[in-house]
Amino acid sequence: MARPNRPRTVLVKRHGIVTRITHALNVVFVAVLLMSGLQIFNAHPALYWGQASTFESPWIAMTKAEIGDEARGITTIGSLRFDTTGLFGWSGREGAREPRGFPAWATIPSWRDLAAGRRWHFFFAWLFVANGLVYLAWTVLSGRLKRDLLPTRDQLRPGRLAREILDHARLRFPKGEAARRYNAIQKLAYLAVILVLLPAMLLTGLCMSPGFNAAAPWLTDLFGGRQSARTFHFLSAGLIALFVVVHVAMVVASGLWNNLRAMITGRYAIQPGEPPR
Amino acid sequence: MSLHRRGWLKAAGAGLGALWLAGCDRLTRSPGFTGVLRVAEQWTQGAHRLITDRNALAKEFGPEHISTDFRANGTLRPQDPGYLALLAENFAGYRLVVDGLVERPLALSLAEVRALPSRTQITRHDCVEGWSSIGKWTGARLSALLDRAGVKPEARYIVFHCADTLDPFATDGAGGYYESIDLVDAYHPQTILAYRMNDATLPVRHGAPLRLRVERQLGYKHAKYVMRIEAVASLDRIGRGQGGFWPDRGYEWYAGV
Repeated sequence: MARPNRPRTVLVKRHGIVTRITHALNVVFVAVLLMSGLQIFNAHPALYWGQASTFESPWIAMTKAEIGDEARGITTIGSLRFDTTGLFGWSGREGAREPRGFPAWATIPSWRDLAAGRRWHFFFAWLFVANGLVYLAWTVLSGRLKRDLLPTRDQLRPGRLAREILDHARLRFPKGEAARRYNAIQKLAYLAVILVLLPAMLLTGLCMSPGFNAAAPWLTDLFGGRQSARTFHFLSAGLIALFVVVHVAMVVASGLWNNLRAMITGRYAIQPGEPPR
Repeated sequence: MSLHRRGWLKAAGAGLGALWLAGCDRLTRSPGFTGVLRVAEQWTQGAHRLITDRNALAKEFGPEHISTDFRANGTLRPQDPGYLALLAENFAGYRLVVDGLVERPLALSLAEVRALPSRTQITRHDCVEGWSSIGKWTGARLSALLDRAGVKPEARYIVFHCADTLDPFATDGAGGYYESIDLVDAYHPQTILAYRMNDATLPVRHGAPLRLRVERQLGYKHAKYVMRIEAVASLDRIGRGQGGFWPDRGYEWYAGV
């Protein structure tokens, strides 16, 4: 018996098998890289611009400072000072605090161990690059980059973009037929991460390697020197972490199970009868 | 979204996070897993050697780039009696020993080391901790020294034995600093035994009387207070067998990243 009040649900093909596998691997690889990267950062929790470090004037630094007879975690950005006790500079359980840039729950391993952090980081950097190359090659060659990710001219009209931004801010997501494809904000965010931020992690990472510097010194100079490259590596990682937070929030807000099913089985449910928003 | 559902999602997220953290810590403690991670060092070295000419130079800078705050790390003033005795007489009795798999073992005074073909370079020193400083180094070319000693064909590594004990609590006798490089880096034109830094005699905190410069690798490879250079076929029987003080403690032997 037909139920006219309820829109019909159909499962459409959304993610191909290569997207699903490389995405799952990327979740693990990027998580390891971010957290082992913070372990490495903690060995010298300060950042500079240029070729060399200017120890008296990092643009950002996380330190432990004695204020009166109390230890505090202090983060400085330029001439600004923030008390970040418990988070940056001085963290850990009350009574067992220690001087460290990022806290134990943000690093791999949780204890301070630069050697182990580096082993994790470089092993997973190789896997991340291999996985990224497979994804990129497949996405470009199969035409999915153009079909799924490049915004159409019509999607880029300023009025339409403005409305999409407003809709996103109010957590109103496309319904019905419009949910078949990514909206423009989604496409632009994914493209920025896939083609700019993730490759920038690789390039700025290579620029910190003295061995690679001998092969391509111009690349390090392009980023303004090794310490600038380290700064860009950190900033780019921060933007990726920000993307992950927003991405996961949007996944939950726009239908956790439907999105999870799409990333696991490839099928995404839409209600074609519903009016688009 | 209902409050009930939100609480449930938060709990699930926190649970997953705790599981992830505990899992990563557990894997770090597992020798089998870290053994797998260590494979990446070979991939990195192989890739670097593939894309880099063996004589490709590390970037050199103009004098205006020299750091005024060049940081020193590791031992800053060796407390070993033998070193202190040499320092007290300004290294007059110092002899650089070159031995192991060489045709002609040597024991050179500092004057003889300074008489070897030399090279001056302004390069960036990259510490494994993440910072960099730029300095000017003058020293004897290691290739000239090795040619004078005549490295035997079976030698594969050059080991640098240092005067400083960095870990006085090591009970297995592996507390002394040492490092090693392969022959590609040993014969690289920028690989020198520096006796001058920034146009002055090399200071104690930077490794007087001689420190290795191996510019395509991280700072800990640049052994300070070098006393003896040994050509060997294998690193197994030196220290804890990993080819250096820090490699014995988990760091990469190939420190090109």
